[in-house]
Amino acid sequence: MPLLDVRDLAVVFHRKGAVPVRAVDGVSFTVEPGQTVGLVGESGCGKSVTSLAIMGLLPRRGNTVTGEVRFEEADLLTLRPQDLRDRRGRDIGMIFQDPLSSLNPVIPLGLQVAEVLERHRGRTRQAALREAGGLLDAVGIPDPTRRLKEFPHQLSGGMRQRALIAIALACRPRLLIADEPTTALDVTIQAQILTLLKDLVDRSGTALVMITHDLGVVAGLCDTVNVLYAGKVVERAARHDLFAEPRHPYTHGLLQSVPRLDADRGGRLHQIRGSVSDNIPWSEGCAFAPRCDRVIDACIGETVPLEPVRRGGALRCTNPVPQEVAA
Amino acid sequence: MSEALVEIEDLKVHFPIKSGLLFDRTVGHVYAVDGVSLRIRRGETYGLVGESGCGKSTLGRGLLRLVEPTSGRITFDGTDVRSLKGEQMRRFRRRIQMVFQDPLASLDPRQSVESLLVEGLKAHGLHRDKAAVRDRLRSTLDSVGLPASVLNKYPHEFSGGQRQRIGIARALVLGPELIVADEPVSALDVSIQAQVVNLLGDLQDSLGLTYLVIAHDLAVVRHISDTIGVMYLGSLVEEADGDQLYERPLHPYTRALLSAVPIPDPYVEDRRERILLAGDLPSPAAPPSGCRFRTRCPWSQDRCARERPELRVFDDSGQRVACHFAEEIRSGALRMHEVRAELVRPDADSPPDVGAGLIQTRPDLPAP
Repeated sequence: MPLLDVRDLAVVFHRKGAVPVRAVDGVSFTVEPGQTVGLVGESGCGKSVTSLAIMGLLPRRGNTVTGEVRFEEADLLTLRPQDLRDRRGRDIGMIFQDPLSSLNPVIPLGLQVAEVLERHRGRTRQAALREAGGLLDAVGIPDPTRRLKEFPHQLSGGMRQRALIAIALACRPRLLIADEPTTALDVTIQAQILTLLKDLVDRSGTALVMITHDLGVVAGLCDTVNVLYAGKVVERAARHDLFAEPRHPYTHGLLQSVPRLDADRGGRLHQIRGSVSDNIPWSEGCAFAPRCDRVIDACIGETVPLEPVRRGGALRCTNPVPQEVAA
Repeated sequence: MSEALVEIEDLKVHFPIKSGLLFDRTVGHVYAVDGVSLRIRRGETYGLVGESGCGKSTLGRGLLRLVEPTSGRITFDGTDVRSLKGEQMRRFRRRIQMVFQDPLASLDPRQSVESLLVEGLKAHGLHRDKAAVRDRLRSTLDSVGLPASVLNKYPHEFSGGQRQRIGIARALVLGPELIVADEPVSALDVSIQAQVVNLLGDLQDSLGLTYLVIAHDLAVVRHISDTIGVMYLGSLVEEADGDQLYERPLHPYTRALLSAVPIPDPYVEDRRERILLAGDLPSPAAPPSGCRFRTRCPWSQDRCARERPELRVFDDSGQRVACHFAEEIRSGALRMHEVRAELVRPDADSPPDVGAGLIQTRPDLPAP
């Protein structure tokens, strides 16, 4: 019984006098308790919109969300707003990319952490503040009792992200969604935050959905990886399978195009031709076909289904990279 | 190949911190670049890496005198750049061009591609022969992989990768010898990054360009650079050949940086040894005494607080390192110790006396 079961989630944004945009186009994935699942893709592939839709954080107007998001039997998409509010922050925590814009600049940090505990755990202000100090300490913020009275602008980027993690984990949620939590940070700080996240997840048994564009981050963290392209999952595999034997030409190309720190230097990087603007709609075939090196006639014409492959993985491709070549 | 095109000696760029309502009192300085010496050979790619706030961009801008250096010498192909005045400097700029990080922000949205490219030619009086200009634009666009039909388009009509190509074309159109590329690919998606990295390499091969590439992504820098300089808080802490730096990092900061870069391979990631740095980059307005890195260094000793290490040649390989204990750390004679995270405030731009409020990493070290 999965903790989170996303089935056929689709988000369509309507625009005045223009064709609606299908930002998320039928995404399905599951998260088991304690598991770390990665959603990987480039900008515009729908990974952030997926997370916002799961949390019910998309604007109420201008878009249509369809599908099912089952979290412990309840469908988050049809839940009444007040019931959803009870779950957000208590059962599901979320960390955003930019910590400065997700913290309130005019409220001291301590109150922002305590607020969650007051709302969901019914603590008094005093008790909540005391607990907040402990939370800040747990995420590695030095001198936490003094930090409680400070404002977000007084902290560095890495510390703000730690504070945000403290808020997200305050109620010990069973699921944590992290949307590009380290993109705005420097590599040494990124390493700190990733180690912290991994540690907290291991210790508390929280399931984690990690949304990122960085394949390196995924490699060290996620159990299962979903690769998104143009609003659909194109490949799903266990972490070791995906990196050792990418089957989808997009995943394969993506892995080949990043310069690796431990690889031999020089030579040309493999490049994926064209850009996202060359995509064709999924209804007319594979969206990636115009940029794909392995494109065949069968790729264009009708929608390519997501079919199960080895060890719980899945693949959406008519002409996948052969297994021996991919290795 | 070994002829130096650019030589920078003890370059310093300090920005004054002003305060006061009536009088612009200078209350301190931000030591953005604080004594950097390096040489870039003709035809090579020099990669400058470091985290945000380490002064790498300021160094690049200082080299072009887009910000005026406080002191030091810059020699470009035998010319003392800092002694050039007014019109001389303006004409000299043709030989060094810059490519910026954000292609949308660095291209005027109201100028067509043609006008963007011709602007530089006009500034240098090269626009009079209409036919020659047309040929030049065509060949430049061709070399960056764009069709001539883009000349009448505007920046918003292009994707990120194409915009960066326009930015590169704008730098190339004047036929420069050195291109300073400040984070040329960090705003681009992974699949597009590879296209631009390859393009930069192709252009270097066909035009014999020299690059100074400034970036925070060590993997990208290592891929394209012949020599890599690692900066920390305004100074160069290590400099080496690209492969050498990866195989034998000498400075503790370089080691930490290398171990922090994620590698897209789970087998490697699971077995990797990591050096996690405690805390954040200290404020460049109140840098620590002695070695700048000592507040976060797991090998720091008493001597590090007293003496600022010089960038010295380590051995015959030409690798340079600014650490008193590089040999001891390498041989394992010096062990790592715990470093407690120190809180660094982003607004700590007041002079050093504020440093007393910081938590010390080790009780036996004096306050920064």
